[in-house]
Amino acid sequence: MITLHHFLFVSIILFGLGVYAVLTRRNAVMVLMGIELILNAANLNFVAFSRYGGLKLDGQMFALFVIILAAAEAAVALAIILNIYQRFNTINVDDVDTLKE
Amino acid sequence: MFLQLFDIIFYFFATVTLISAGIVVFSKNIVRSAFSLVFTFFGIAGLYVLLNADFVAVAQLFVYVGGILVLLLFAVMLTQKISNLQMKITTLHPIIAIILVASLIGVLCGIVRMNDWRIITISEIPQSTAQSIGKALITTHILPFEIISVILLVAIIGAAMLARKSEKKS
Repeated sequence: MITLHHFLFVSIILFGLGVYAVLTRRNAVMVLMGIELILNAANLNFVAFSRYGGLKLDGQMFALFVIILAAAEAAVALAIILNIYQRFNTINVDDVDTLKE
Repeated sequence: MFLQLFDIIFYFFATVTLISAGIVVFSKNIVRSAFSLVFTFFGIAGLYVLLNADFVAVAQLFVYVGGILVLLLFAVMLTQKISNLQMKITTLHPIIAIILVASLIGVLCGIVRMNDWRIITISEIPQSTAQSIGKALITTHILPFEIISVILLVAIIGAAMLARKSEKKS
């Protein structure tokens, strides 16, 4: 029988994978993908608690807002990455360490 | 019978989600990572449907698969040199990160197992949530709804401003 625990375990492993991507990858786009995984893990928690915790729709509303914020974040992050690429000719996050040229 | 079917579908979607997330994280090829992210998002949408969140599942498919993933692919293609076809990505300190992440997952799993969650079982057949979400958006959640629309507008204008090539005064 599947209960809350199973969904929480899936969400935890997803979160761990996202943190691993953020920690180890040097490519800024990969870091972004890791952040998306983390946001999805948090969203899964919200919806699972909304279903099993008797929160009715509040958890789902929160998940919707997180999805919208993720879209805005991805758009801004893409613009920043493009700017970094034009200026430094690389998107390796280790090489981008100057504030002023 | 219904519960067994539920279990099978859950394990199917959970496996799809976790395996493709693993490919996203561990693959050396960034394009493969981006495409494997599609299956992660699909799997999570399936899990949402299992949790009676049909509207969130559809929003997930629209926004993530239709929007964010396309943005990520654009980012990949615009920032790789065409001559550099391998698109390899290097990692840094993988062993330390694996130890850290494994302990993090272990601690969180321990917390989940130890805690005595209060679980409410719902026996009635789930209804579609679209109508009640629509009502909640214009009644109880009107303030976050308005704020998030302004944030979205600001983010889109800001992204367009940032991504535009600056005209250099030569």
